[in-house]
Amino acid sequence: MPRKSTTKRRASGGTSEDDGQERGGVRPFWSGTITFGLVSVPVNLFPANQTTRTSLRMLGPEGEPLSRKYYAEKTGRDLENDDMIRGYEIDKGKFVTITDEELERLAPEKTRDIDLKLFVKEDAIPPLYFERGYFLTPAGNSEKAYRLLAEAMKERGDVGLATFVMRGKERPVAIFSDDGILRAETMRFSDEVRSHKQIGLPEKKNVSAATVRKFETLIKKKTKRTFSPDKDEETERLLKLVRKKQNKASNVVQIKDYQRQDEGQPVDLIQVLKRSLAGKR
Amino acid sequence: MAARAIWKGELKLGTNKVPVKLYSAVEDKNVRFHILDDTKRNRVKQHMVDAESGEEVEASDIRKGYEIEPGKFVILEEDELESLKPEPSREIEVSEFVPSDEIPQQFYERPYFLGPDGDEKSYFALAEALEKQQREGIAHWVMRNKAYTGALGGVDGYLVLSTLRNAGEVIAADELPDVTGRAPTKKEIELAKHLVSMLEGEFDPKEFKDEYRERVLEFIAKKAKGRAPRLAPVKTKRATTSLDSVLAKSIASLKKGKRAA
Repeated sequence: MPRKSTTKRRASGGTSEDDGQERGGVRPFWSGTITFGLVSVPVNLFPANQTTRTSLRMLGPEGEPLSRKYYAEKTGRDLENDDMIRGYEIDKGKFVTITDEELERLAPEKTRDIDLKLFVKEDAIPPLYFERGYFLTPAGNSEKAYRLLAEAMKERGDVGLATFVMRGKERPVAIFSDDGILRAETMRFSDEVRSHKQIGLPEKKNVSAATVRKFETLIKKKTKRTFSPDKDEETERLLKLVRKKQNKASNVVQIKDYQRQDEGQPVDLIQVLKRSLAGKR
Repeated sequence: MAARAIWKGELKLGTNKVPVKLYSAVEDKNVRFHILDDTKRNRVKQHMVDAESGEEVEASDIRKGYEIEPGKFVILEEDELESLKPEPSREIEVSEFVPSDEIPQQFYERPYFLGPDGDEKSYFALAEALEKQQREGIAHWVMRNKAYTGALGGVDGYLVLSTLRNAGEVIAADELPDVTGRAPTKKEIELAKHLVSMLEGEFDPKEFKDEYRERVLEFIAKKAKGRAPRLAPVKTKRATTSLDSVLAKSIASLKKGKRAA
């Protein structure tokens, strides 16, 4: 199933990202250090994927703004972010709690960095392993070391591999050099990728060369030289409907003294990345 | 244990039809947490409340609005939103093919294995043809009220269908400015290339182990017994500035390591 936008805040642990937005900056998704050999490159990490789906606002029967609130299931008490904690269920209904700080401190020392101990050729990793993309921007005066790594990898045609911990999960990561810009693709562990055997697909059958050729002919006939990604047609249809409706006053509600909710607020990722690459916050 | 198919459909390539079952090719092995309230340690739920009064609003009374200006919403009715949904269908239409390396890796989102659903001959023939030609099919289908675009390829004799991100979901590096600041010298780049080449190897996914998952579970087990160990805070590192000497040292220590091994 498609995953949610990476820029959406988690239920708990939403700390001071709103402050960052007010200053016109956005906090990096992760900050850390890439190392190769004894060279350290402090970096900030920002999503390279964004959602194109429009988020609709939930409104009451008269168009009054609503907000999403957490409440305790048993007592019904409304809960703010500070009133919630993460719990691991050890027995039915019995939880061990764990804080964000503990999760952060539990990361093995070496996985707090992206320690590139292995480089492979760019096309060596099957697409099955890739999960999500991020751009890395230099942090803490690391421009020179950053450019050095990007240039060396580009000239070798290599991607660097490591595992690291981000937001409470360890993952393998591949670092690409895209024309001088470092891009990280998080990957799945080998036990998170299934094989056809594990799924229980039938044994491979030998098929006649003629049947294979029939498909090969079809494939050749319908091959295009380049790939062009689709547009988000669903969102385009939605926007068309909005434009059609907005001229009629009865379809529109105006909320007085409106306080914008940060929930689902779109962030212009390209602007964020541009600022960060230029060394601004 | 054999996995269960999550969807059934039919690949349509021109006049050829290949019935298939769809299986997730990945499974997330995260440690799963629940969100609890901090006093009673009970599970929490979400509901919608009036932003001003805090009164709960029933799901059936909720309306949806698209914000055209701050605080100004166009109301969209449930039946209108319903009419925007794609037509349900069992067809996976494969309209064209591209060379496998034409699709940038950034577009691949979520992979599914396809299994044959009856006609095994066509299934395995198609997988073989795609692999031989080194092509991937561009597929369109509707699954659970959502339209998908995907790449259909052959992997080790089986069909894999990966969903693809749309044009707006991928930011490309060429949309971004170059990194400025001090440039490394030619000598430094040569040293760095040498260092990278010494670290080159083959991709073996089994080399990566999730140690963190184990550590979190171990910590939880200790905490459950009331003996939570103290954890040290995280330190931050500084950027390396004297690059050429550090690069030379890195190369020297790698060479030494190799001799020792």
